[in-house]
Amino acid sequence: MKIVVCIKQVPDTAEVKINYETGTLVREGVPSIINPYDMHAIEAALCLRETLGAKVMAVTMGPPQAEAVLREAVSLGVDEGLLVTGREFAGGDTLATACALSGVIRTIGADLIICGKQAIDGDTGQVGPAVAEFLDIPHVSYVRKIVEAAPGSIKVERLMDEGVDVVQAELPALITVVRELNCPRLPSLKGKIAAKKAEIKKLSASEIGLTPEVVGFNGSPTQVKKIFTPQPRGGRKMLEGSLEEQVEALIHELAEKKCL
Amino acid sequence: MPLRVEKNKCTGCGACITECPYDAIRIEGGKAEIGEYCQLCQTCVSSCAEGAIEEYSEDHNRDLDGLSAYNGIWIFAEQRAGRVAPVSFELLGEGGKLARKRGVALSAVLFGATRAEALELIRWGADRVYFSGGDIFKNFEDEPNARLLASLIEEHRPEVVLAGATAIGRSFLPRVAARLRTGLTADCTGLEIEPETGNLIQTRPAYGGNIMASILSPNTRPQMATVRPKVMKRGLYDEGRQGEIIEVKAEGLKSRAKVIGSVRDDEGEAKANLQEADVIVSGGRGLKCKEGFRMLAELAGLVGGAVGASRAAVDEGWIPYCHQVGQTGKTVAPKLYIACGISGAVQHLVGMQSADIIVAINKNAEAPIFNVATYGLVGDLNEVVPLLIRKLKERKNGG
Ligand SMILES: Cc1cc2nc3c(=O)[nH]c(=O)nc-3n(C[C@H](O)[C@H](O)[C@H](O)COP(=O)(O)OP(=O)(O)OC[C@H]3O[C@@H](n4cnc5c(N)ncnc54)[C@H](O)[C@@H]3O)c2cc1C
Ligand SMILES: Nc1ncnc2c1ncn2[C@@H]1O[C@H](COP(=O)(O)O)[C@@H](O)[C@H]1O
Repeated sequence: MKIVVCIKQVPDTAEVKINYETGTLVREGVPSIINPYDMHAIEAALCLRETLGAKVMAVTMGPPQAEAVLREAVSLGVDEGLLVTGREFAGGDTLATACALSGVIRTIGADLIICGKQAIDGDTGQVGPAVAEFLDIPHVSYVRKIVEAAPGSIKVERLMDEGVDVVQAELPALITVVRELNCPRLPSLKGKIAAKKAEIKKLSASEIGLTPEVVGFNGSPTQVKKIFTPQPRGGRKMLEGSLEEQVEALIHELAEKKCL
Repeated sequence: MPLRVEKNKCTGCGACITECPYDAIRIEGGKAEIGEYCQLCQTCVSSCAEGAIEEYSEDHNRDLDGLSAYNGIWIFAEQRAGRVAPVSFELLGEGGKLARKRGVALSAVLFGATRAEALELIRWGADRVYFSGGDIFKNFEDEPNARLLASLIEEHRPEVVLAGATAIGRSFLPRVAARLRTGLTADCTGLEIEPETGNLIQTRPAYGGNIMASILSPNTRPQMATVRPKVMKRGLYDEGRQGEIIEVKAEGLKSRAKVIGSVRDDEGEAKANLQEADVIVSGGRGLKCKEGFRMLAELAGLVGGAVGASRAAVDEGWIPYCHQVGQTGKTVAPKLYIACGISGAVQHLVGMQSADIIVAINKNAEAPIFNVATYGLVGDLNEVVPLLIRKLKERKNGG
């Protein structure tokens, strides 16, 4: 059995600051990390390997620096890292990214593909399901528990807006995972050494059977027209007086606004 | 779009180099040069005081005339257990506005549920409903929904397709967009029509809400978007409104991922249903213990609300994850959000700052939560909340 985990390098948004004058993100000195949800995807793959004896590969599409997240994945125990990179991939939206990832997965083959629920930079969560469509395989989103995994099928619990569904999917399939699934491990010393030595294979569009037109900017129907900082909320009122007075004032205001 | 440096404007100051997250810009011959690591993120464009970095369009040879064959606004009306979900009515309200601006019809697509529910969609503003009552839609499964919606779109060619940014919409719409090779913008909070082109300007938060981005899909149709619940306004309900219900056959649809059961959640996951709540009482690390949430539940009961939490409180194990609000939890937009003992970290704020009214209760007057608060109470929540509960009870009993 072969499991492919899609991981993305993202800026640690906890560290991102905004320059209010220029309306841009200050990313200087902001560390790049593995998208937090993808850490859960890696953990899930490693656990399945223990029970099913699978091979686990991590793939990422990104600039050459993204190699770092693949090494980190290897340090956690992933067998192999693949970097899909090249100028042709630049500026890809979720469709173009999914196209590129499906290309590499088609090339290497996979029984199970695991993605994070969403990436914390774009927060879209669109790449996983789109990869499944490109590969013409089923997918299950928001997996919070893997109930059972066997060579031909997988049974999972999926978190919906109202309640939890149990879903049985034929393999090959793709799942996207949420935080509740597991608690990601830390790299071992042995893993860290392996990560340093690991050979990270780099693949271009033609090597995964794609033409440059379908990936990167050229393959992206959506375009960012403008970026701006959200309007700060106005109209703050600090309530005054004793706590009792403050609470009374609050109830009065809320009643006035028909909130009670 | 690709970026280039206008050499006669560039002063070689290097501001763009510091801002570029991908280390893709070098100074060559005193001028900035964008290299092959460029990811087209455009951070450099706004970093340049000279305005020397600009986008340029390549000729993509796309058939822009073909776009005019697409006409009409569609919304996907999601149903849960046979009832149309409230977000669908919001989509009809917003879709109606867009349809009027474009001078086109507004259609809804409903899979599963009943004709009576389809009729409701007409009363909420749809001119037409494509309805399929097939059994295969009883439980939500991605593939049949994606397949049938995609084939309807191919047949009827709407210019815009909207769905709720819910668990359902966010899960299967990317499949539809991938199938049609068209653009999909996630989790929009604003939609507008660009008058000159008819393009849909889709505005959404990114980077955990630190920035907003306006997105276009100028060269492909339909333009697809998921829309955040509770942000758009419903239109008017008109019981006498007339429209057309078109039955669609659900044939030959396969589903390789089947719902075979559900888990009744002992912890009341289903009840948490934060996203639909009008009032949310939320607690953070300031609560200090699990029992604190019992107090908040009492308050929530009095104001008819749901209980939310910060990640810190969830991580402490005081309350299950399904209650978490924020970047890695739920995004909510209630009428009233009461934050108790929550500091207001940006990852929390992005999940709740579009609430109409925010009440912050915190003993630290400097806590950032007060920056977004409508009403701020500086004090110990162990005094404030019981006082609030007592006064609300008095108010209720006193009529
Ligand atoms: C990638 C990432 C994703 C994240 N996602 C989320 C998310 O989805 N949601 C989220 O909430 N956080 C998220 N966080 C965590 C976030 O950064 C903060 O750590 C978290 O929101 C803090 O929770 P808090 O405000 O409850 O705790 P604290 O920051 O510890 O604040 C507690 C507050 O309670 C006040 N207080 C203490 N005692 C009392 C008292 N007796 N009376 C009144 N006030 C009192 C204190 O003054 C303080 O302001 C994320 C972080 C990262 C890195
Ligand atoms: N460039 C990428 N390389 C590898 N995996 C990615 C990439 N972008 C997104 N993914 C995967 O898709 C998931 C959802 O990302 P997104 O749709 O961007 O929110 C992530 O959690 C990853 O598993």
